Amino acid sequence: MNTSRAAWLFITPALIILGLFFLLPVIAALILSVTDYDLYALADIRNLRFVALQNYWQLLQRPLFWSALGHTVYFVVVGVPLSLFASLGAAMLLNSPLARFKPFFRTALFAPVVTTVVAVAVIWRYLFNTKYGLVNYALDSIGMPTVDWLGDPHWAMPTIILFAVWKNFGYNMIIFMAGLQAIPGDLYEAARIDGASAFAQFRHITLPMLKPTMLMVSILTVSGYFQLFAEPYVMTEGGPLQSTTSVLYLMYEEGFKWWNLGSASAVAFILFVIMFAVTATMLRLSRQGEKA
Amino acid sequence: MALALASATVTGCAKQDEGTRTLQFWTIGREGEAVEKLLPEFEREHPGLHVSVQQLPLTAAHQKLLTAYAGDSTPDITQLGNTWVPELVALDAIEPLDARVAASKVVDKNDYFPAIWSTNVIDGKLYGVPWYVDTRLLFYRKDLLARVGYDHPPRDWNEWQAMMAKLSQPPGKTFGVLLPTNEFEQLLALSLQQDDPLLRDDGRYGNFRSAGFKKALTFYVSLFKNRQAPMMTNVGVGNPWAAFGQGFYTFYLSGPWNIGEFRKRLPPEQQGDWATTPLPGPNGPGASNAGGSSLVIFRASKHKDDAWALIEFLSRPAIQERFYQILGDMPPRRSSWEAPALRGDDKAAAFREQLERVKPTPQVAEWERIVTEMQLVAAQAAHGDITIDDAAAEIDRRADRLLEKRRWMLDHGHKASP
Repeated sequence: MNTSRAAWLFITPALIILGLFFLLPVIAALILSVTDYDLYALADIRNLRFVALQNYWQLLQRPLFWSALGHTVYFVVVGVPLSLFASLGAAMLLNSPLARFKPFFRTALFAPVVTTVVAVAVIWRYLFNTKYGLVNYALDSIGMPTVDWLGDPHWAMPTIILFAVWKNFGYNMIIFMAGLQAIPGDLYEAARIDGASAFAQFRHITLPMLKPTMLMVSILTVSGYFQLFAEPYVMTEGGPLQSTTSVLYLMYEEGFKWWNLGSASAVAFILFVIMFAVTATMLRLSRQGEKA
Repeated sequence: MALALASATVTGCAKQDEGTRTLQFWTIGREGEAVEKLLPEFEREHPGLHVSVQQLPLTAAHQKLLTAYAGDSTPDITQLGNTWVPELVALDAIEPLDARVAASKVVDKNDYFPAIWSTNVIDGKLYGVPWYVDTRLLFYRKDLLARVGYDHPPRDWNEWQAMMAKLSQPPGKTFGVLLPTNEFEQLLALSLQQDDPLLRDDGRYGNFRSAGFKKALTFYVSLFKNRQAPMMTNVGVGNPWAAFGQGFYTFYLSGPWNIGEFRKRLPPEQQGDWATTPLPGPNGPGASNAGGSSLVIFRASKHKDDAWALIEFLSRPAIQERFYQILGDMPPRRSSWEAPALRGDDKAAAFREQLERVKPTPQVAEWERIVTEMQLVAAQAAHGDITIDDAAAEIDRRADRLLEKRRWMLDHGHKASP
């Protein structure tokens, strides 16, 4: 009894902070999402109406919501595997006994993570500029057709994905490196003695031993990538032709451009439900894999 | 370190400015840079008054203004696109100016283009003074038009369409007119030429199924169907100025800033080949939109008299002439147009004529969202995905949904626009 009281005492500060800065805003947003809080309500709170689930219902009928969801899923489905692949590859290269200047490369590859999105986006926008960009210059010099990277609705999203992967893979790389270093060296030694090839070692030792790390990293990355916002905001402003409008970008426009905080909150909760469902499924799938 | 430096400058300023008043002035887009050049004269005339200009980028201006209102941190005076006036009036954020104008020796209502002035009048009260105007009309290639046998610009839609039919040869390679499918201004200008208003019942419902709007939409869609306008967004066109120079299209429905762009971007030998002309209407000269920016004073301002002094300063014809010379923004007053820089400009003359024939857009806070939806549906119709009737019905449906709150406000005695 006494120890449990002490335990409560210890976690009270954390609970208060969580309640004040997390739980309370979430509840407030939930309440907002069943009202039609808008410009008129901002002028005079008596103009606020309770609308039950109408915000949600109208959202599900809007083509823009579905296309935004489509763009977000596209970003997640292509971006997450690409990001994991790049992080794992970089981690393995850095972990190899043959690698030289490890601290330098570790820092260099991690650097994009700690730089500001806005500053880096400016550079990338120059790189991908249709006329003066280095990328098109390179393509042109080897005789390939040039691409309007950020202006063409078909190419804007791939460019954003490339940018996001480059910006974020260093973070996962560090986690993977920790995971790789935790794998006992004698496993590889035994495999080598049994004549296993490098690929077989990767397939049967590295991957299984990395599984818990992999699960955590993929859940973190998936939930992070679902919240795509800063990249289109600074690179394309959701365009061209709304082709890089993500769900969160739609929420931002609803909430802060048009000041429809009611429906913006509804967007946030729908995104929350989707992310919750996806990560829960990932967890369940990985547990089933363990049993098998 | 940076903090220490910042606080040092703040205290430094405070000491230096003891006894002076600072006027917060927000500008949108390029106007901020130009106005900075005019302000020293204003500050000389008003000792003890300092104007602090903050330039907002156009893309961030709308939300910055609303956020400032929500956070009680509005400036004293701001530049405001005249289609945004209804929104800030709905918020009760800006000050009525009727009494000040009545007492003013500088701001003379009758000197302003009436339609431009009326965009600032909501329910009989004036909330802003026009600063510069913006309307859309036709830029065209005189030489290409002469080649197909015309020595004058189009007078009405029939003549215009006949010209475009001849100019769009070979089909798919050369076009009569450029109407970027992601811009609503072109279709909006054509529909403002009709007698039917775009919203009905005091802005309660969309009126896009009216005969007038359908006529404008039919004309607009036919240009794409007959391959007289390319099915392109402004992104797809890339460089519209170069394309105009190359004769990719002959007519360009655009605004005053392009006078400067074409002068800058077309080679000297082509400068004699292009001209501007007022927009042709269904039967004779047609209307266009009454766009532009106004100057408004916020209710929360503590320096309203000083802010009004700044508005009067910026409304002087001599100052507006200099403003035009710096930036090319066209003045809203007829007497400012008497200045030699404007009177002698053959490309600006068409704008002067068009400004006597402009129409304001409906004054509801939801207008910008409605017109955005209008264009999304119109682009589908131009693409041939839906018929004219279906498109008109769809725009009405979307407009009615956006106006739902406004209807409720009006029907329950809440003031939608105080």
